[in-house]
Amino acid sequence: MAVSGLVMVGYLLLHMYGNLKVFSGKAAFDEYAHHLRVFGEPMLPENGLLWIVRVALLLAIVVHFHAATRLWARNKRASGAQGGKRYHSNKGRTGIQRSYASFTMRWGGVIILVFIVYHLLHLTANIIAPGGASDSPYQRVVNGFEIWWVTVWYTIALLAVGFHLWHGIWSALTTLGANRSSTRKASKLTPLAWIIAGAITIGFLLPPWAILLGLTG
Amino acid sequence: MKITVRIWRQKNADSKGKLVPYELDNVSEHMSFLEMIDVLNERLTLEGEDPVSIDSDCREGICGMCGVVINGEPHGPENTTTCQLHMRTFNDGDVIDVEPWKAAAFPVIKDLVVDRGAFDRIIQSGGYISAPTGSAPEANNLPVPKHDADHAFEAATCIGCGACVAACPNGSAMLFTAAKITHLGLLPQGQAERDSRVLGMVEQMDAEGFGGCTNIGECTAACPKGIPLDVISRLNRDLMGAIARS
Repeated sequence: MAVSGLVMVGYLLLHMYGNLKVFSGKAAFDEYAHHLRVFGEPMLPENGLLWIVRVALLLAIVVHFHAATRLWARNKRASGAQGGKRYHSNKGRTGIQRSYASFTMRWGGVIILVFIVYHLLHLTANIIAPGGASDSPYQRVVNGFEIWWVTVWYTIALLAVGFHLWHGIWSALTTLGANRSSTRKASKLTPLAWIIAGAITIGFLLPPWAILLGLTG
Repeated sequence: MKITVRIWRQKNADSKGKLVPYELDNVSEHMSFLEMIDVLNERLTLEGEDPVSIDSDCREGICGMCGVVINGEPHGPENTTTCQLHMRTFNDGDVIDVEPWKAAAFPVIKDLVVDRGAFDRIIQSGGYISAPTGSAPEANNLPVPKHDADHAFEAATCIGCGACVAACPNGSAMLFTAAKITHLGLLPQGQAERDSRVLGMVEQMDAEGFGGCTNIGECTAACPKGIPLDVISRLNRDLMGAIARS
């Protein structure tokens, strides 16, 4: 759970860096996208690096999903099949101090998975092409995000990612033994998780909103 | 004070339980929570009804025997054990819900009493420490850094009440097991069996049917002894090291 999650966080940071190239204009963005395809040539074949990354990410998703379903089933059994709501009292339903993010990990994860499938069909394969298909990656991005509902759906998915990472980064690092504080609030990992989750959410939301509001593109 | 307590009544492990309301007049705010139950039980006995089964022993907050979920929170709204909770915490006219710990590894025996034998088996699977017995050793033979001694003691204050499992949405026993791993693992006497201890205890924890830890921290918020959350990371470090070495 922890290792596969952190692999994906690392990828998101690189992906965000690429996205922000939108602000450097069409030529720079398309050049960057093209360069990713020929990265490492002639040591690597064309698209070589991309396929290595794709396989690694697919593996990370499979491991993450497998671990999540096993943990889900096990925790459901252990808590008497009712999860956090196993007590009949309708008081204290949201627990004592747990965060909203911590109990939306599962369904938040499902939303993110659905979004990833849509996202690949839209901007990678361009099978779904709101606003018109294009051979230019830059044009695909601009065509898509000029439509308000594309940007809104993208925003919802990114907020789900933000929540997922807010708890996920903290939890992954704690599982790997990095927490040395007596409470979650006092831990240095908590602001670290906030900063990375916030940077990824805002970093990914800047390009589509700038395009929708006509600030770039 | 006049209050209504809704108490979980369950005949035995196999029967289905339910919350049954009881009205109590003249509850003194100086009563402890357990004394309030005692008063109710006296009345139920006189009325020829079955009194409420509830565990308690020292009533000083140090044995870990008492422990019920009050208004959805283990040990109730104050950060203490059930026996140290007083009725002044509540208001006149309150409806108070009282339920047993609920977790697959803690089956209900009757009413509010659960079987916490799983904790004993986790302790047993940790094994022994190689400490010489006989006359007391020279106090300065084994130097222990102050910080380690303090932290080990902090972890050792765990009374094994089970509130961590009751509070955890996953029914996980990580805080309990990690507290035991920490208090022995930080001291020189605990080093010889450090690897076998963590491997054995984690294996037993899983075998008992406890859930997995998702680092939500609800356990530490419910713990009457303030066991720190970093013990869980310490257990994970010990476990990874032990797996790598074994």
